[in-house]
Order: sequence, then C-alpha cells, then structure tokens
Amino acid sequence: MAMINVKINGNDYKVKEGMTILEAANMVQVKVPTLCYHPDLPAWAACGLCVVKIEGSPKMIRACATPVEEGISIITHDPEIVEVRRTVLELILSRHPNDCLRCPRNNNCELQELSANFGIREIPFEQRLRDLPVDDSSPSIVLNPEKCVFCGRCVNVCHEMQKVFAIEFLSRGFETRIAPAADVRLNDSPCVYCGQCSAHCPVGAIYEKDETHDVWMALRDPDKVKVVQIAPAVRVALGESFGYEPGTLVTGKTYSALRRLGFDAIFDTNFGADLTIMEEGSEFVERFVDKKGALPLITSCCPSWVDYLEKYYDDMIPNFSTAKSPHEMVGALAKTYYAKKMGIDPSKIFMASIMPCTSKKYEITRTEDMFSSGYQDIDVSLTTRELARMIKQAGIDFPNLPDEQADSILGEYAGAGTLFGATGGVMEAALRTAYKLITGKNLGKVEFEATRGLEGIKEAVIDIEGIDVRIAVAHGLTNVQNVLDKVKEAAARGEKSPYDFIEVMACRGGCVGGGGQPYGANDRVRQLRAKGIYNDDSASKIRCSHDNPAIQTLYKEFLDKPLSEKSHKLLHTKYKSRPLYNK
Amino acid sequence: MTYKNYILVCGGTGCESAKANDIFQNIRLELEKNDLMEQVQIVKTGCFGFCEQGPIVKILPEEAFYVMVKPEDATEIVEEHIIKGRTIDRLLYDAKKDKGRVHIENIDFYQKQFRIVLRNSGVIDPDSIDEYIARDGYLALEKVLFEMKPENVIEELKHSGLRGRGGAGYHTWKKWNFAFQQKSDTKYVVCNADEGDPGAYMDRSTLEGDPHSVLEAMAICGKTIGANQGYIYIRAEYPVAINRLNEAIKQAREYGLLGNNILGTDFSFDIELRLGAGAFVCGEETALLASIEGKRGMPRPRPPFPSVKGLWGYPTTINNVETLANIPVIITKGGKWFGSIGTENSKGTKVFALTGKVNNSGLIEVPMGTSLREIIFDIGGGIKDGKKFKAVQSGGPSGGVLTEEFLDTPIDYENLQALGSIMGSGGLIVMDEDDCMVDIAKFYLEFTVDESCGKCAPCRIGGKQMHGILDDITKGKGKITDFDLLEKLGHAMRRASLCGLGQTAPNPVVSTVKYFKDEYIAHIEDKRCPSGKCRDLVVYSIDAEKCIGCTLCARRCPVNCIDGEKRQPHIINQELCIKCGECFSVCKFGAVLRS
Repeated sequence: MAMINVKINGNDYKVKEGMTILEAANMVQVKVPTLCYHPDLPAWAACGLCVVKIEGSPKMIRACATPVEEGISIITHDPEIVEVRRTVLELILSRHPNDCLRCPRNNNCELQELSANFGIREIPFEQRLRDLPVDDSSPSIVLNPEKCVFCGRCVNVCHEMQKVFAIEFLSRGFETRIAPAADVRLNDSPCVYCGQCSAHCPVGAIYEKDETHDVWMALRDPDKVKVVQIAPAVRVALGESFGYEPGTLVTGKTYSALRRLGFDAIFDTNFGADLTIMEEGSEFVERFVDKKGALPLITSCCPSWVDYLEKYYDDMIPNFSTAKSPHEMVGALAKTYYAKKMGIDPSKIFMASIMPCTSKKYEITRTEDMFSSGYQDIDVSLTTRELARMIKQAGIDFPNLPDEQADSILGEYAGAGTLFGATGGVMEAALRTAYKLITGKNLGKVEFEATRGLEGIKEAVIDIEGIDVRIAVAHGLTNVQNVLDKVKEAAARGEKSPYDFIEVMACRGGCVGGGGQPYGANDRVRQLRAKGIYNDDSASKIRCSHDNPAIQTLYKEFLDKPLSEKSHKLLHTKYKSRPLYNK
Repeated sequence: MTYKNYILVCGGTGCESAKANDIFQNIRLELEKNDLMEQVQIVKTGCFGFCEQGPIVKILPEEAFYVMVKPEDATEIVEEHIIKGRTIDRLLYDAKKDKGRVHIENIDFYQKQFRIVLRNSGVIDPDSIDEYIARDGYLALEKVLFEMKPENVIEELKHSGLRGRGGAGYHTWKKWNFAFQQKSDTKYVVCNADEGDPGAYMDRSTLEGDPHSVLEAMAICGKTIGANQGYIYIRAEYPVAINRLNEAIKQAREYGLLGNNILGTDFSFDIELRLGAGAFVCGEETALLASIEGKRGMPRPRPPFPSVKGLWGYPTTINNVETLANIPVIITKGGKWFGSIGTENSKGTKVFALTGKVNNSGLIEVPMGTSLREIIFDIGGGIKDGKKFKAVQSGGPSGGVLTEEFLDTPIDYENLQALGSIMGSGGLIVMDEDDCMVDIAKFYLEFTVDESCGKCAPCRIGGKQMHGILDDITKGKGKITDFDLLEKLGHAMRRASLCGLGQTAPNPVVSTVKYFKDEYIAHIEDKRCPSGKCRDLVVYSIDAEKCIGCTLCARRCPVNCIDGEKRQPHIINQELCIKCGECFSVCKFGAVLRS
C-alpha cells in the first residue's frame, strides 16, 4: 500500500494511505480519546470525543471516520479541541447515573477512565436521567439502558458482526434507547446470547448475568460435593484480570484458585472436548465414509451458534452434529460416571462451569437433554469475568499461586482438546482423530495450519490418504451466514455441497474472543490468546483426543464405544426450530 | 380549439385545504349547467404563491385575479364574469391605501418577484404533460440527449453558478462532476423532497405546481453522471405532491421521456418515489440514503460523500427539489443567462416561504441579492396590524434571527452566514414586537431536540441541556451564568455534532443572545418577559379604576378565576390564573394589565 506524508501535531510522518486519522495518530503514539470507536467495527462516529482539526480550517472532524490525505497537517490536541471534548464528556456524564461504586464495570469502564483522564470534578449541566427499566429477562445478558452512552457498539456488533439483529435503536433524540425491536424483552427477541454486545460495551449498560452468588451459596453448603470445570479459552485469558499479558497460560493457577475457593474436585472441559471429538469425529466418519446422514456435517459445540441455527437456519438441522458441547458432556458424566465411580449421590453434586461465554448460561437448561444425568447436568455456568471477581473477592493472590493439577478421570486432556478454544481448533482436533478413524494410522504432523488464524472464513481441502475432505471454518456469525448460504445456494442449483465438514463458532476468534472473556478483546488480544492455546497444545505430550488415556478408560469402563446407546443418551442432543420472536 | 376563457383554480395544498377543490367542482358544474364547457377551459394549477389571499382563481384572458374565493362564489363567477363579461370587483385583491381593487399587474406582492423555479406554478395544469411541453418542457432533456456531452452539461452548470438550494449551498456542478468521475456501472440520482422546516413549503409547491420540471432535471442528471435510476424521497405528509408526481411519472413514461430508450436513444432512466415517515433528520443526505435503504434514518460520517459512495455504496447525486427545478431552464437558456442573475457568488433566484407576522404571507421567488426590506415590506406588505418589525428568522430551525439593522443587506449565502444565520431551504418567519426572542429560540430548539436522531452525543444531550436552560430562563429560574453555559454548549454542538442538524441547532439561541441579550437579561435578572409571552413571568391584574364590570373577561376566563359583581371592578385570583391572556385580549377598556 502506498505511503503518504502527513503532519501530526507539527511532526512529519509517513503513514499508509487509507488509514484513518485515529489509526495514524495511534501509530505515532498519540492517543485520541474515543468512546464509540472499536477496532472490530466500522467507525460509527457517534460520541464526538475524537474530534481533531486540520490546520487551516476551524472545523473539527472525527478522527475515527476520516481518512488521512496527502499533505494534511493534523492537530489532535489544542486548548479548543480539549475544551470541546470536555464539554461533550460532561454532557455524556449528565445523562449517566454516575453510580460507579455499584456498577458492574467499576474500575473497568471506558467512561470512568475518560472522566478520570479529563479530571472531571463537577458537571455543569443538570443531571437528566430517564428511569428506564432493566431488562434481565435473558438467562445470559442484562440490559440496563439507563447506563447506555449510545456508542452504538452493541447494535453494530449485533447487526454487522453477528447478523442477529436482536437489538436496535428505538425512539429518537434524547429519548433514544437500545432495546430489541418493538420493545420486546431480550429473551423474547432473536438474541442468541453470544454476549458480544457485553464484551464491546464500554460501560455497564450490557453485562453478563452475575451468578457468583449462587456459587458462593453452594460452596458454603457442607452437604454438596462441589465440582467445577474450566473451558479451554479461560486458561489463556483469566490471567489478564491479574495483570498478565493476554495469552498467558494460567491453567495450573486456575485449578489452584478453584480449590482455594472451596471446590472439591476440578475437572477440565478439555477432557469433554476430547470426548466430543470421539463422538463428533465418529459421526463425521459415519456420514462421510458410510454415507449415513447429511453432509456437510456442522459442529455444534457453540450454544450461540446452536441457537442461531435453530432460529435462522432450521432447514439445516439435519446437517448438525448431534454431539453435545464438551462442557455439557462433562456435566453429564460428573453426575453419572464420576458419581458412580466415587460413590457419591449425584443429587449432592453441585457442578459449576467456568466459561468464556455468556451463552453457556443459556445452554445449561436449553432442552431436556441438558438433564440427561437425571439432574441438571450443569448447575451454574460462570464467565471468565465472574471467576476473576470471585478470586479477587476471596482475597486469593492469584499471581503467586502454585500450579496445581486437575483431578483425574474428568480432568486429563490431549492437546487436541485445548484447541477448542480457538477458531479452527475443533476442526483441527477432529481431523487428527478422523485421520486415525479413516486410515487406522497415526498422523505424522498433527498441525493443520489451514484452520488457524483470524481469517473470517477458512476453506481447505484436506488429503486423507487420497481422499479429499473439503472443510470450512467460520467464526463471527456474519461469516457463518456466508458459508451456509453457499451450501444452500449449491443445493438450490442441484449441486453437491462445496464442503464436507464445517466448523462454526459464533464469536470472532472462537471462544478466546467469547462474550464472557475479560474486557478489551480486539484482534491483537484474540491472536495472543490463540497463541496461548496453540502453545498449550504443542507442549502436550498427547496431541490427539483418541490417545487420551482417560478417554480410553471412559469408553472401556462406561460408554462402550463412540455413538453407543449410552453415548447417545448422555452425550448427544436434538434440535428444533425456534421462532425469532416469542409472543 | 381555442377557448373563450381559461379559469385557473389554485390546487396547492394551502388553497385545497381552504376548499379550492369545491370551488373547482362548483365552477365546473356551473359551466356545465350553462353549457359552456366547449367555450371555457377550467384547470387546477399549482400554487400562485399568494397564500395569504387564497383560495385564488385567475381568469384569462382578462387576467382577473380573484382572491379569498369561496365555493358559493362559483355561480357569480360564471354568470357575471364568464357570461356577462363583467369583472367581479369584490373578489379582486384589495390593495388598500388609495389603490383599491386591482388586477394582478398592480399587486405589489408580484412586482419584485422573478420566477424561474416557479415558472409554471399557477400557470399550467400540473397533471398535464402536454401543458409542460407546450412551455418548453423536456426541451432541455432533448438537448442533453442529442446535442450535449456530460462534460458540456457540467460546464453549463458551472457557468450558471447554481448552488444547492437545500441549505448548504454547495456548487451543483461539483456534485455532478464528482459522481460523473466515478467509475461504476451503477449510479443513482436522488431528489431530496424531505422538506421539514417549520413554515417552509417551497419544495412542496414546486412539486405540486410543476412536477415535470423535477423529473426532467433528474433525467438530465442521470444522463450526465451515468445513472439509470432515480428516487424521489418525499414526505408522506405531502399527498397532493405525491399524487401529482405519480401522475407525472406515468405520463412521462407513456411519452417515452422516462423508462427504456428515452426518445429512441440508448439512454434509459426511471424514477420511483420513496416516502419518508416524517423524520426531519432524513433531509440530511446521508440519513436520507439510509432511510431509502430501509435502515433507521441516521447520518453517517462524510467522507465518503454520496457522490463517491452513496445509495447502497454506489455513486449518488442528491439534489434538492428547488435546485433541480432550475436545471431545465439553465440548459435551455444557458448557464451564462442564469449566472447574470443574482450576486457575485449566489446566482439565480431563491424561493422563500414568507410567513409569520407579515401581511402577505406566501411563496415568493426573488433574485438572489434582494434585500429583506424588499421582501418583507414591498412584497410582504409590511407587518400585520401596524406593529413594529422585530426580526426575521431565516433558514428555519437551523438559522438565526436577522434584525432591523440588516434589513437592507442583500440576501445571499455569504451575507446570511456572516450574520450568523443561513439560507437554509428558504423559510422566512417574520416576528414583531409581541414576540419574545427567548421564547422563539426555545421554540426552534424544541423542534431540533425533538427531531434529533439521537446518534451523536453533542446533539442528543447538548440540545436537551440547552433547551432546559432556556426553559428555566422563560420560567424565571435563569441565572446570569447561563450565558456561559449556552455559549459552551453552542460551541461544542457546532464543532462536535455529526451532521448539520446538530451543528446548526444552536444558531437560533446564539443569534438571539447576540442581538437580544437585553431580553435575556430581563428574563434572568428582572424575572420579566418584555413582550409578555412567557407565561410564568407574566401577571395579569385588573385596574379597578378602568374596569366597568362588564363581566366579559370573567365569562371568557377558561378557569373561572375572575370574580366580581356586575358593574363592579373585577379581581383575578392569581393562584388559579393560568396566564392564558384571554382577559387581556378581550377587555375593551384596557382595564386588564399585563406585567
């Protein structure tokens, strides 16, 4: 790309043509304040904080939305600009409850930080609140429109990145508010619970439903056997809440922290991921080699994706893998296999899960299949953010914790299992096992580079001993829609599907970029977290799910074989068409 | 066939709502009854502009200009004027003073006008493409199709100096040229007919009176920039204009002037209407495009400009109705001719909707550079009821007030801007001594606060806060420090709002503070509204000396708060008084005092 010459605050720079003024300024260590801008989204230009001047013009323009031009001289800070920004900030604060101490975003709020940086001490304008009701109808997400600063990120995420269209701007002017269309409650809207709105919200207007209290209560209950599992993507992100760089692997410290919180046994969702591969991989081989069932097979570990399919692509339900998500598999086994083996009354088991995800809160009661043990298989699902708060609340000095191990039987995992945390990981793990199932041989090189990285749609043809397996990996529901439309269009033309196997994750980057992860995710952060995932895999002695000895024992002692009757009862589920709006 | 008489009945929205349609039907019935349909043609035209005196009926060839006609006048019009050939004096315009009843050539309202945009309004039947063609209609399109290259058209526009009439005054030739330069197989032409300023109806009247002029201009634009589809974004509240446009589009298609292979050439162009749902912000071009695309009408940042990336991402030329209506004339008469009218940097004419406290309210078209004095006093006939001129608001809620000292300033884009107002789309609202400037500023701000789309913080919250401050001032709760806050807010809104709505919303406040600061101070410090408009600052009382006890005020009081025996001085119960001012205006003895 061509480079052009610009001046920023009097200094000469060469910057890439097509960059915005904001990006150019960032590159040269000038931070222009923003509240609505987010690198994941097209510039929305709403907040008015990023105004800058071009020398020779009294006008102010938005740095986030204006591209650089050859020869311009940009002024990012002068007394007038700062004064205008301050007034805008005061205006935003005059329409905000400013009850920071009681806010879910206290200490982690972009508005609070701006207010601190600008040294706001008083607001000259009348406080104008609107007394809007909180929408807590959803099992996953709470919408508090009173705190909304109308940055538009949530709506744009929902529309542009996810194509879910659950929330909208309603009304206009000062009365504008964000809510599902026609003012239905969030839980009656097309929302798929992905929580990307909450991950992008700069303030406390949309956040995960906090269920830490339920977990604290269970932990205090002497009659309960408290067990917990952590998802693959949690181990590379939790550390961020304690000052670590994104992607730092803190698996051992997380196990250790959970024990100190009072859990009796620590499981790992990665074990469930290995098990998913055995079931889903076998399902793929059955459909692909034995021609039993619809192709392409589409993965089903992401509950937002499951909900999206049931709402928007219900005609493709036959293509869906019936395998439950890893976390539900671990839940089902905890209250059956584990309980039996340990001689515990399953009704006394309290199973919590720590997930990078808000949607898992919905998944745990999604259908009756989530009660396959005879009890609710997972009692409470917490996000990474909630666990971080519990650890802090309990006064646990996380960085100085020793590294501990998970408990055996539902805690051991192969490298493949951990891959589930990043986009392409399920596919890569499945291919490792599919290769074995189809050829009977072990792979020499287990890494599949084609499935890795942040490209929205990754397509490849994998050669398994002369058999071509055509795969696609999509993350971010907009990309998913594009892939599925290709499949449907091919079918409409009477052609063969362009893919045999499709991996889908609702969130950009996969679970590392989940809606329940620590705030501040962007592509750099997603890449670092994914790197942590791949490091975990390459450091593992066992790389393939079918080689996980705990998995082998499980089948020997309990399930018999993949897709067995017992597997079907405990580890598989069904899908049904769901309306976009509930009346 | 030639007719003995032509009867033109105004079919503009204003006259229609004053029963012009009944007048039209009644005259027709009378003509039929007298078997005159062969000899007399009756036509429903567009707006004559002299709305104050509507409904208007004009009869040719005598040029009899009948005003304030009622449906029951139909019999007399036919029997007296048509059959007996006698002008009906009482229906002629009363020019008062010493002139008496006059014909159109002696009506001051029309003397200083110069009609380009409104050339056909009130002259032709807007539902007849033949009448448009008979007045050189579609000649310009023919010229563009057969004799001109796109570059020539743009050159002609450049010579004309035509600037956008929607408000910002951007050079039309530049817009067209940008879109022309873009390499794209798909381009669009959009006509912005989302006129929303309070009191403004220039575009509505143009479309009602001469819809083909806009269609022709859009086709010329399509041919010039390389577009095959046009959209007219028009408010759903303009049913008459919508019907006339639909009829005009239908007729133009039948004549091969819209649709495929226009006039046998390889140029195809068609036009569809898109109805707006009444959001003022949709007059902002990027919000308008979003609305056509089926999205919420909210502005987006520019660049990219619509000429580069417009409707559905394709290059799009958006022009306002009035801008477009000029274009066929510029092509037929030449850009140089057009450029000879007006001032140095503002060429041609401007249509204004003259309303408020002026005698002759209506729609006028004058050359750029005409002074406010000529408009308000010569054309507009001065201030109603002999009151004193106080100010005029130009540019609607985005403009500012202009005071007496600027009455002789030639009106053009630059001068208005220099005075803190804008040309806007052409609303002129005249205010007299009874108007409170704080109240006026509050009124306009209320409008923009209501119409803000809510996207950007400076406009969404700034407007609301500004309105709150003005509201406090009009209620006697103002503080002298409010001036600082208003200035601070005005500055931030102007600089940091995303679109023109927010950037200009403080104008009425800033300009009234500038020119009428003493009125603000009276409200703030003395808790007094000099013009008695601000209810909370007004106290009505009865002067016992003057009151004769006629009981009229007590009978008219809507809340029964005036007590008193017949022929005894009355008393107003201040606790119950809602300060409506009814007693003040009905008292014939000047006994009700306002302070």
